[in-house]
Amino acid sequence: MNPIPMEQSLMVAAMLFSLGLIGLLVRRNVIFMLISIEIMLNAAGLAFVVAGSHWQAADGQVMFLFIITMAAAEVAIGLALVLRLQSDLPTLDVDAMDQLKGGDDA
Amino acid sequence: MFWLTSIVAIVATLLAISRLNATHALLYLIVSFLSVAVLFLQLGAPFVAAIEVIVYAGAIMVLFVFVIMLLNLGPHAVEGERQLLPPHAWIGPGLLAAVLLLELLMPLSNNQFIPTTGTAKHADHSTIPTIPTEAAPQLQERMVVGPKEVGIKLFSTYLLAVELAGFLLLAGLVGAFHIGREEPRTSAKPGAMEVPSQEGPA
Repeated sequence: MNPIPMEQSLMVAAMLFSLGLIGLLVRRNVIFMLISIEIMLNAAGLAFVVAGSHWQAADGQVMFLFIITMAAAEVAIGLALVLRLQSDLPTLDVDAMDQLKGGDDA
Repeated sequence: MFWLTSIVAIVATLLAISRLNATHALLYLIVSFLSVAVLFLQLGAPFVAAIEVIVYAGAIMVLFVFVIMLLNLGPHAVEGERQLLPPHAWIGPGLLAAVLLLELLMPLSNNQFIPTTGTAKHADHSTIPTIPTEAAPQLQERMVVGPKEVGIKLFSTYLLAVELAGFLLLAGLVGAFHIGREEPRTSAKPGAMEVPSQEGPA
C-alpha cells in the first residue's frame, strides 16, 4: 500500500470542513448547527492527524485527543442549552432566539 | 482505497447536513465519523481511529440521540418514533457503512493491514509488533504511529495541556449541569418538555 499523499488527505479535510461550514451557515435548526460544528472539528482533527502521519510524529494524534476533549465539552454545553431553549421557546429555530434573557417580549 | 474512504466520508457528510429529519442526519453523521476513523487507520494512526469510534461515533452521538429523543417526548411520541425511523432510512447509511466494512475486510484478506491491526491489538507491548514476514515490507514503507508513542508524548511533553483538558472537562460538566438544571420557579420535569414555554420573565 502506497503512502497516502499529504495534499490529497488535506484536501479531504478541507472539503469536510467546508461542508461543515456550509451546513452551519445554511441550516437554521440548532441541532443541525451543532452537528455542523462537530463536522468542522472533526475535519480539523483529521488535518492534525494527516500532518502527524506525514512527519511520523505523535503530536498530531495528541492534538486530536485535545480536539475531541474540547468537542465533548462543547457538545455537552450546547445540548444543555438546546434543552433549555426548547423548554423556553417551542421551536428549535435560531432566528426565533434573537433576544437575550430567554426571548421573552421584554 | 484511500479515495474510496474519502468519497464515503464526503458523501455521508453531505447527506448529513442536508437531511430534514435530525435522526436521519445523525445516521449519516455516524457513517461520516466511521469513515474518518477508517481514514485514520489508513493514515497509520490506529489509536485515534479507535478513539474516534468510541468517543465521537459513540459517546457524542449518544448525547445527540438523547437530546433528540428528549425533544420528541409527548403524547405523540410513539407514532413519532415509528415514523422517525422507517426501514428505508437505514438503506443509505447502511450502504455507506458496508462500503467501509468491505474496505476494511479486503486488505485483511490480502495481509496488507496486518501491521496496523497488529499495533492496535498489542497496544502496550511495542509499536512494531510481531508480524508475518510477507507483511514486513509494507511496514517499512509506512510507519505506524502507535498508542505507545502517543501516550509517551501525551504525558511528557503535553502534560500541562492534559491537565488543562481536565479543567475544561470539569468546567463543561459543571456548566452543563448548571444550564440543564430546572429553575425553581418552573415545575417542568424533563419528561414534560413538550409543554410549551412556562413564559416567565427570566
